Amino acid sequence: MKDNQKLEDLARSIRRHIVEMVGEAGSGHPGGSLSAADIVTALYFREMRLDPERPDWPERDRFVLSKGHAAPVLYATLAERGYFPQKELLTLRKLGSRLQGHPDSKHLPGVEMATGSLGQGLSAANGMALAARLDGQETRVYALVGDGEIQEGQIWEAAMAAAHYKLDNLAAFLDHNGLQIDGENREVMGVEPVDAKWRAFGWHVIGIDGHDFDQIFAALEEAKKTKGKPTMIIAKTIKGKGVSYMENEVGWHGNAPKTDQVEKALAELV
Amino acid sequence: MTEKIATREAYGKALVELGKSNGNVVVLDADLSKSTKTALFAKEFPERFFDMGIAEQNMIGTAAGLAQGGKIPFASSFAVFATGRAFEQVRNSVCYPKVNVKIAATHAGVTVGEDGGSHQSIEDIAIMRVLPNMTVIVPADAEEAKQAVFHAAETEGPFYIRLGRSGVPVIHGGQYRFQLGKAEVMKQGKDAAVVACGLMVAEALAAADMLAADGIDIEVINSATIKPLDGKTIAAAAEKTGAVVTAEEHSIIGGLGSAVSELLGECCPVPVERVGVTDKFGESGAPGELLEHFGLTADEIAKAVKRVLKRKA
Repeated sequence: MKDNQKLEDLARSIRRHIVEMVGEAGSGHPGGSLSAADIVTALYFREMRLDPERPDWPERDRFVLSKGHAAPVLYATLAERGYFPQKELLTLRKLGSRLQGHPDSKHLPGVEMATGSLGQGLSAANGMALAARLDGQETRVYALVGDGEIQEGQIWEAAMAAAHYKLDNLAAFLDHNGLQIDGENREVMGVEPVDAKWRAFGWHVIGIDGHDFDQIFAALEEAKKTKGKPTMIIAKTIKGKGVSYMENEVGWHGNAPKTDQVEKALAELV
Repeated sequence: MTEKIATREAYGKALVELGKSNGNVVVLDADLSKSTKTALFAKEFPERFFDMGIAEQNMIGTAAGLAQGGKIPFASSFAVFATGRAFEQVRNSVCYPKVNVKIAATHAGVTVGEDGGSHQSIEDIAIMRVLPNMTVIVPADAEEAKQAVFHAAETEGPFYIRLGRSGVPVIHGGQYRFQLGKAEVMKQGKDAAVVACGLMVAEALAAADMLAADGIDIEVINSATIKPLDGKTIAAAAEKTGAVVTAEEHSIIGGLGSAVSELLGECCPVPVERVGVTDKFGESGAPGELLEHFGLTADEIAKAVKRVLKRKA
């Protein structure tokens, strides 16, 4: 679909930033950043009501990156969207930088919540959705949760509460790439069937290919039409997506590419 | 007999007043609203009250999100759970991003009573005090609790307000004005200074009367704000009297006694004796019995004063 060409170009640019910034930092989490790049691009470049000139605009939609270690995808997207200069991306993880190893809402405009301690972001998203409802705002709240992250008990506390309070202004994505630090989800701690789990907790559940913009937008539309319950979009993704040697390789969860590897990745992301 | 009111009662009533004057105040609880007294707010403002169920971690995280959405959330539970079960949520979702969440924890200290050691929080001051951006307040009576709650609502940033289950003597009149970060000299004295918080302030005042009979004149300071500690007032009292006793319904490790010792060790070393729970867990019993059992009494404060006076140079 021609309309998505611009988004695909942007997502590729964001992936380039991710590889470059993690390479420059010498540490960070490229795998789970690359897997989420299309979802975050879709949100920030078409879906969400926002204004980079006014990051605190009260009516804005909110995005909480619950899997905060994927900070590079958020930073790269915010910079592409104009929240701060793109050259600042190369300060990732360096002393004095606004681009902390995990997102810090205190310092960087556009970051709605400090995250990185897994399991906490969805609760914050619930709170934002409740606040918007109290204020009668049309604000929608989006969260991105990792498939390893849902092993945290707090996620299920938040799942219960979102359903109990009928937060239909909340939609979450599960970045379901199947891998976590110690290996495959299913080997580390079985989490399947994830769709049945979320459904049982009272959520509207949609399954999609997390790298297909048409499917991402169709799911977002369905979420908006779903009343009386929050929506979980289970997005099948590929960890390391876009960089051949990183794809589906657990070793790239939290490793930085060396200079030659950065060059190889950038050559693929053109 | 002195009138006694529980600080949690004052909290519940203060929330109702706040709810009337400030539409942004919201309250969360974790299935203990009848005990924490947030039920009073829930009755008046059901749309601004969220029972989060028995899920303290999510309660704190939700409060953080509400605050990011412009609300002023008061999150309540028993002190053990609010600070212990949800510690890392308080650290990473509230204090690290400096979010405007107020945590009001009831049933702190041994005076929870019969529920026993599992429910007697005697380490919460220590674990809240260590967190950057966190303000820690331990009101001595109902009036102070009420004013601390109002102050927290008006002041941006994370607050921890420590409240009790049992009634405590009223030591402040309605004309009292709580000042954040300011210790209150309740009685001037020259021989030693007792720095206390919570229900131990009333015990310290009683100790002052007991000691006066022995010709010992102590200063009594209510340090309701544990953090930021009023170093100026406490150091001045230490310099004037040359000896300090601390008193708290908390472990002597990490709480007020530690805070005062750290301060004095750095600025004006004088002998210090700490009255508090001596590195033990609580146990079941009636609140009054437990205060006796753990040495949290006017009598023990008076003994500590006599000990510290012997150590004076």
